[in-house]
Amino acid sequence: MPSTAPSPVSPVADWTEHARDFDWSIAERELDHRPGEPLNIGWHCTDRICHRGHARRPALVWEDHQGHGRTYTFEGLRLRSNAIAQFLRSLGLGPGERICLYLDRVPELYIGFLGILKMGGIAQPLFSAFGDEALWTRLADAQTAAILTQRKHLPKVRKARDRLPALRHVLVVDAGDAVLREGERPLALESLRSPEGFEVHHTEPETPSVLHYTSGTTGNPKGALHVHGALLAQYLTAKWVLDLRPDDVYWCNADPGWVTGTSYGIIGPWANGVTQVVLDAGFSAARWYDFIQRHHVTVWYSAPTAIRLLMREGMDLVRRYDLSSLRHLCSVGEPLNAEAVHWSRQAFGLPFHDTYWQTETGSIVITNLPGMPIKPGSMGRPFPGIRAVVLDPATAQPIEEPGRVGLIALGPGWPSLMRTYWNNAAAYGAKFRNGWYVCGDRASVDPDGYFWFVGRDDDVINTGGHLVGPFEIESALLEHPAVAESAAVAKPDPINLEVVKAFVALKPGYAPGPDLELEIMNTIRRRLSPLAMPQEIAFVDVLPKTRSGKILRRVLRAREFGEPVGDLSTLMEE
Amino acid sequence: MDDLEQVIRAYVAKEYLEEGDDRTIDDHTPLISGGIVDSFSMVSLKRFLERRYGIEIPDAEATPDAFDTVSRIAALVTRLRARSTAAPAS
Repeated sequence: MPSTAPSPVSPVADWTEHARDFDWSIAERELDHRPGEPLNIGWHCTDRICHRGHARRPALVWEDHQGHGRTYTFEGLRLRSNAIAQFLRSLGLGPGERICLYLDRVPELYIGFLGILKMGGIAQPLFSAFGDEALWTRLADAQTAAILTQRKHLPKVRKARDRLPALRHVLVVDAGDAVLREGERPLALESLRSPEGFEVHHTEPETPSVLHYTSGTTGNPKGALHVHGALLAQYLTAKWVLDLRPDDVYWCNADPGWVTGTSYGIIGPWANGVTQVVLDAGFSAARWYDFIQRHHVTVWYSAPTAIRLLMREGMDLVRRYDLSSLRHLCSVGEPLNAEAVHWSRQAFGLPFHDTYWQTETGSIVITNLPGMPIKPGSMGRPFPGIRAVVLDPATAQPIEEPGRVGLIALGPGWPSLMRTYWNNAAAYGAKFRNGWYVCGDRASVDPDGYFWFVGRDDDVINTGGHLVGPFEIESALLEHPAVAESAAVAKPDPINLEVVKAFVALKPGYAPGPDLELEIMNTIRRRLSPLAMPQEIAFVDVLPKTRSGKILRRVLRAREFGEPVGDLSTLMEE
Repeated sequence: MDDLEQVIRAYVAKEYLEEGDDRTIDDHTPLISGGIVDSFSMVSLKRFLERRYGIEIPDAEATPDAFDTVSRIAALVTRLRARSTAAPAS
């Protein structure tokens, strides 16, 4: 790949003017889409780029931890996504059916995602580190019809499958000589025939496209349903916030099992015709710097947890690599602390630009645009076209007073807001107050219109940029034979912002101790995921409860954060 | 007494590889950078080592780099055990 000289970012000349004149039709015009015409994300990310004369441009430059690599041009992406779409059709899978991608960051994940959208299916990406219970919960709720996976994850799929009657097909992308069972078959991407004259399914802006599961305080994870029209917001925010240009080499650290990995690890860059590099490997600071150096990465979208891990490895390591190709850095997942912004200026000569959004919003909603003065520690300002305020929690009215903390809320109407929670219209309705979509986070706004994150407004745990729901963890804890009752709360952590801490009361006959603690930790990790694994377990005699018997997580959480525990008048006497 | 590397290899294979996963773990298999053990799961591996060998691994030394192979983990454990043995009794 040729070396790319660094170049300045594209500054937004006048924020106010940009916001005033803004209309989402800008994205429609740039994407050559006219109202009433079909719109398909898969087609826009591949065929359209080829039609514009960029068929031979590298689209995906992939590498694994052993240094094996594969490169696909936009023409390769087009043909192979058609091949997967045709293969899925040949199995009798139809439009609107949920097809899960349960894969590490292998090319089949990225190309399969586009193939599913091209045949009209709903792509349901799931983090491949999820355990069998977490997998089952999400597939059962979505009534998923097919799953693409790898040999290494097949045992987890098999454990869940007996309880998934809707799951008709298990497709193994690296089956090789593995002995497959009934309903399982190989899907060898490189051997699939690319059909001539493949017809992309007729989808419209409101046709469902992607189903991403996210955790809440109560109940099981909820599936945020997105539509093909979300492309307009994902395309434009990728262009303006990530500052993507056709000659860029872009690296997004996020796994497509989470929304950042699809909105900005697949759709945003490829709709802009940009080359992206993917490293399918765990964290290693030296390996990351080497990857940036070898591929001449120009734009990097990372996360505070990763940045803090890099900081811990020190500046000497940074100096051993030529990272001068970098020209723009962004971050997402949790608040970007001021120290990380200062450090990145020292390390890379560039600040990380914080971006704020969530699974439900589908695209960046509050951010630091290129060229905009950064206030380290602030989330930035609303993206043009986004009406963002903080609401008074009592009245659900916007707070006008600068610096007063309220609930972050957004005025509906941007293209990528989820359309519902799958099978859960009540939970969807509960996300709105007084006509505002309420994000579930608290912040204040300063006199310049910059938002400052304060924290979650509920019991959801933000660990390493991923939201983990306490209910799912507590349910899994209760299935351990030693556990009588439990509570899972956030505990502050210098690297991951928060980690899970569990409070556990044991059944008679069980004694607390390090062996039991480790056994419970590993049980949760295997059943749910490493993110959900309590990093600490406190064995207690009783848990604080209301008089009606509800566990008061907020009391436990407040103690962890050294905050006031608030009103305890409803606390049951222990 | 079991060989240190052997104990760690066996634990990693038992806890972090799925049943049916045919990958083999040797002393130089990349665990963290190879995606077998992620940074969250590292905490349970650290806890196992501390309990088994009666040591405390300071957070500053429990880095992804130090935990990336069985060989490096064994070196870390050996160093910490020697340090705790050398510490004067209080």
